[in-house]
Amino acid sequence: MSALEPQGRRPRHLTIGRVGVYAFLITAALFFLLPLWIMVVTSLKPMDEIRLGNILALPAAMTIEAWTKAWSSACTGLECNGISVGFWNSVRILIPSVILSIAAGAINGYALSFWRVKGANVMFGVLLLGAFIPYQVFLYPLVRIFSMSGIYNSLTCIVIVHVIFGLPTMTLLFRNYYAGLPIELFKAARIDGGGFWTIFFRVMLPMSTPMLVVATILQTTGIWNDFIFGLTFAGRENLPMTVQLNNIVHSTQGERAYNVDMAATMLAALVPLVVYFVSGRWFVRGIAAGAVKG
Amino acid sequence: MDSATIPVPTVRAASTQGRRLVRTRLPAALALLPTALVVLVVYIGCMLWTVRLSFTSSTLLPKLDWVGLAQYSRLFVNDRFVTSAENIVIFGVLFISGCLILGFLLAVFIDQNVRAEGIFRTVFLYPYAMSFVVTGVAWQWFLNPGLGLQKVVRDLGFESFTFDWLVNPDMAIYTIVIAGLWHGSGLTMAILLAGLRGVDEDLWKAAKVDGVPTWRVYTSIVLPLLRPMVVTATVLLATGVVKLYDLVVAMTMGGPGIATEVPAKFVMDHLFERNNIALGTAAATIMLITVVAVLAPWVYARYIRAQRRPA
Amino acid sequence: MSAVSVRDVSVAFEAVRVFDGLTLDIEEGEFIVLLGPSGCGKSTLLNAIAGLLDVASGQIWIGGRNVTWEEPKDRGIAMVFQSYALYPRMSVKENMSFGLRMAKTPKPEIEKRVKQAAELLQITHLLDRRPDQLSGGQRQRVAIGRALVRDAAVFLFDEPLSNLDAKLRNELRVEIKRLHARLGKTTMVYVTHDQIEAMTLADRIVVMKDQKVQQIGSPGEIYRRPANLFVAGFVGSPQMNFIKGRIEESDGSPEFVAGRRRLPLAGYDFTGHPTAGQDVILGVRPEHLDILDIGTWSGFTIDIVEPMGADMVIWCSDREGSLQVRTGGNTKAAPGDRLSLRVDVAQVSLFDAETGDRI
Repeated sequence: MSALEPQGRRPRHLTIGRVGVYAFLITAALFFLLPLWIMVVTSLKPMDEIRLGNILALPAAMTIEAWTKAWSSACTGLECNGISVGFWNSVRILIPSVILSIAAGAINGYALSFWRVKGANVMFGVLLLGAFIPYQVFLYPLVRIFSMSGIYNSLTCIVIVHVIFGLPTMTLLFRNYYAGLPIELFKAARIDGGGFWTIFFRVMLPMSTPMLVVATILQTTGIWNDFIFGLTFAGRENLPMTVQLNNIVHSTQGERAYNVDMAATMLAALVPLVVYFVSGRWFVRGIAAGAVKG
Repeated sequence: MDSATIPVPTVRAASTQGRRLVRTRLPAALALLPTALVVLVVYIGCMLWTVRLSFTSSTLLPKLDWVGLAQYSRLFVNDRFVTSAENIVIFGVLFISGCLILGFLLAVFIDQNVRAEGIFRTVFLYPYAMSFVVTGVAWQWFLNPGLGLQKVVRDLGFESFTFDWLVNPDMAIYTIVIAGLWHGSGLTMAILLAGLRGVDEDLWKAAKVDGVPTWRVYTSIVLPLLRPMVVTATVLLATGVVKLYDLVVAMTMGGPGIATEVPAKFVMDHLFERNNIALGTAAATIMLITVVAVLAPWVYARYIRAQRRPA
Repeated sequence: MSAVSVRDVSVAFEAVRVFDGLTLDIEEGEFIVLLGPSGCGKSTLLNAIAGLLDVASGQIWIGGRNVTWEEPKDRGIAMVFQSYALYPRMSVKENMSFGLRMAKTPKPEIEKRVKQAAELLQITHLLDRRPDQLSGGQRQRVAIGRALVRDAAVFLFDEPLSNLDAKLRNELRVEIKRLHARLGKTTMVYVTHDQIEAMTLADRIVVMKDQKVQQIGSPGEIYRRPANLFVAGFVGSPQMNFIKGRIEESDGSPEFVAGRRRLPLAGYDFTGHPTAGQDVILGVRPEHLDILDIGTWSGFTIDIVEPMGADMVIWCSDREGSLQVRTGGNTKAAPGDRLSLRVDVAQVSLFDAETGDRI
């Protein structure tokens, strides 16, 4: 028999290369999923099972006790009200911070892209460089300024801090976006007699939906995940969830309840994870847009 | 007469035009004013204030005396600070190069027309959505020598298996690197994958006609094209390195001993717990100088390129 | 023996199947142009010949070999792309020799071939430059050079001139034609949407639309005897005039009738059998209408005059509609002038109004 006359599609063989590709990807996927897996299974196990059993194993006697405990009665130092306190604090910090920082970024970006204000570009340059400076350089003087003005350790204080340090990224984001719009659009609006705010609210803002989505994703995950500002500026009454989680995990009293720790960790990760899974490709776009490249 | 009358209208025209411009641009200037104040007071003012404090003998409260470089000489013989500096170099080099290599590999492998590409991408990137505190706590638990990975392997029958990096002062910093890689390599993957997808399809075809092996196309043709993405990713990762604080606090609290101390934590501890403002601000100033030294060539290169572009 | 033979080929995209058994034979040394609007499948066909795209069924033969399952590099082809696709950060020399180095060709041989190709294309002085230091025209020369060194029997061009400005496009077009003549036995398959490139370069043109071959023929055939309305309209600028009408019989011979306009069809070379009453479309190229004081058709008024130097296009109309007439650049004509037109029946095309096919 002669060999088959080649015709049509090339015959596909499962090559070693192909197997290697999948082997690598699956191994990598396991590395990335492992911590999430152990967090979930640990949070669903009772303590004695954790002490004796395998960290990777599925819970034998599944219980959500640790979750309820983490939510409502885990101890952070002396208080034992669970991480729910931190959750609501984070929500109260998050909402005004996200709205105000996006508003500031949008207005700045618009003013910088379309209006020639003297010194504005120098200001923008300094602001961008500021994004690279470690926060530790600003913290102490800021604490002094806030305590002198009497708002240190308050909700107002932490919101202001988030807005201040969100300025570089947010401004850059919107400036780049508006700079990409045709300048003729702005000129046409000017000829039609639009002023600064009219053009902003009637022309630019309605066109900004994609950037508003990206900015919301960026700021929500960023502010929710913040630790250092919450620790430094929020005050005992307003500590965000990340700080409370750290306190619960490192609270020195009694034996460590790993299941409660993991349940609390999962709870703290929930909001950004939901944002991540819901936003999908927008999340990546947010990261790319947030990257200083303009 | 002529020479006296002619300039009048021009002057008037110029002044009305000027006034009109001022009037129309005033709202824009006002809108930028708060940011300008923030830039002046916070980004410039607070920075200078911190630098100034590093030359004082402030402890619990700020003083405005002048002790020259005394705090800096103390800093460089301070074990804690020296360890911090060493750690950040180790972490920075391993974290950035690790993320770039792992991220590039992940991007390339995902780019091989694989099934379930979306799932792999999602899995590789989700850690980036989590906070460093969550990351630190999760890895601390996983690497716990008593109950974590070490125990799992020993239970499998490898009785002498030891993985105690978390509590081993010589190795603890590397556990931070591992957690950092877990958190950050998905980001590099996402950026580089976007770059890979932007490569001209004709280039791939040309290489195929030329008989260039796939791996060679990646190393010789695609990688050079990805340079801007690699730079972007590196800059993003580098800012992450400078900010390294939460991860250490959540994972090791700087321990065992001072084995995983990092500069950001050194500053925070001295400013807010150890009541040594001057030493804390001196360390902060060193961080600032380092960042500027690393950043300056990059900014300069960008500036040069921006200058050249119109020509 | 054909240099390239496409036998009963179909290509599948996801669920969509295109071509459905396309067959095409290309002779050795022939210059074939695949012409059509974007999305007509001409690039798909080229990629299938190159092996950059799997065929779903059928065979591809190159140089008497069945290469359906062969890798592109083993098919004895070279390819030039629209976006040049030069390897970045490699010098011109490295670009041209990269494929040969991959194939482990001996160094002296590489040197020799690069030198020859560079001389042929007059890019010897550019050999040490990098692509980003070259102009568009130079880049495409390098890309052609990279194809030349492969010593292939078949050259594939994928819209190679589309990214260049008009002047360079003309220059390189002539260059490619000269190259083809110099290389002698080399077969070239050239994809373009530009009818001028097709007309000037091709030995044979393959006109495509909607993944189907509309007509294969020499430029002259395509221009003078378009196989259907699409080909007639796509080739030629200014466009062919189309006049809707009917076939009527007068004195035992067929006549074209469109209102007042009548044209006896004695002397027209029918491909089929016209029937009286059949709805048809008459196609007349603008240069085949002659202006006369008294002609076949009369009563036209000039609307617009477009002088183009050597030529002049006159837009004129009667009650039936407007026609374009191409005439000498020195013709005296002004809007409002009245004129008559003479139509040479040997130069017109007739199409069935329903199918669009030539009759």
